[in-house]
Amino acid sequence: MTQTEFLNIVMPFKDKVYRLAKRLLVSTEEAEDATQEVLLKLWNNKKKIEGYKNVEAFSMTMTKNFCFDKLKSKQAQNLKIVHSNYEDGNTSLQKQVEANDSVNWVSKIIEELPEQQKLIVQLRDIEEYDLDEIAEMLEMNNTAVRVALSRARKTIREKLTNTHNYGIK
Amino acid sequence: MVLNNIEKLLEKYENGETSLKEEQLLKNYFAQETVPPHLEMYKSMFAYFKVSQEEQFTKHVPLKTKKVYNYKWISVAAVAVLMVGFYFKSLTKSDSDLGTYQDPQEAYNEVAKSLAMISGHFNKGVSSVGYLNEYEKGYETLNYLNELENSTRIIFKTNQ
Repeated sequence: MTQTEFLNIVMPFKDKVYRLAKRLLVSTEEAEDATQEVLLKLWNNKKKIEGYKNVEAFSMTMTKNFCFDKLKSKQAQNLKIVHSNYEDGNTSLQKQVEANDSVNWVSKIIEELPEQQKLIVQLRDIEEYDLDEIAEMLEMNNTAVRVALSRARKTIREKLTNTHNYGIK
Repeated sequence: MVLNNIEKLLEKYENGETSLKEEQLLKNYFAQETVPPHLEMYKSMFAYFKVSQEEQFTKHVPLKTKKVYNYKWISVAAVAVLMVGFYFKSLTKSDSDLGTYQDPQEAYNEVAKSLAMISGHFNKGVSSVGYLNEYEKGYETLNYLNELENSTRIIFKTNQ
């Protein structure tokens, strides 16, 4: 397989890989590294690619696993930077500004979801995959995906309603 | 679109039962400017989904075409080179003919000459080793020490 052939296969979904990695790892740099790693792994195993019936789904699964590994190793290193572990009684100006910017709120709410739900929201609402495809990527069954998706959507809606009603969390 | 319809869709959406097409309808609906106030929160949600859909990966990925050396073939090549080398070496050796003498008298003279040269060098070597005889002389003079030992043995015997 030549480079161009490989790029033709990979190009359509490389952004999806990146966005998924970013959803899980949060940091842009980490997500870029992860994407690069996943693509290089694909390239090194390019002989096997032809054997896979759905390279995209395979890559998404690979990305998911890679990101989980990364998160796990980070937890093992115990190098967490918790940037929101202090409480401020007064609502700061920044928070007020953030409250207006409710699109940002959505991203924060999704960030707080459990990892599985995060993944499913990303794959369904942003990347618009079929439920069956998601089930295949995450190695789950269809109903479980649907339940998790429903839970995630309800949580997002509830939290958003709260922020809308009170303006500030 | 009728508000009633949208609300129904939203309920289905929250149960995770909407199809991708229906979700697209919702996305388009909430993309418009004015949305009923009680559905305001959905607007930011769908707006967020739209925005994050457009994020792109821009980093360059270095795709190296890795050259894999096959060491098995390198060893085969090395053996081939060695064999060719030996072959040419044996060829040049068989070519090295020093020539022969046709006349027996002349051959005899040559042999005698080279033998004389060998014996000359040999004698030189022997004469340089000649001083080893000195050692033998020294050894003989040391022999009388044995006599001394004999006499001391006799003395000790008488003491006992």
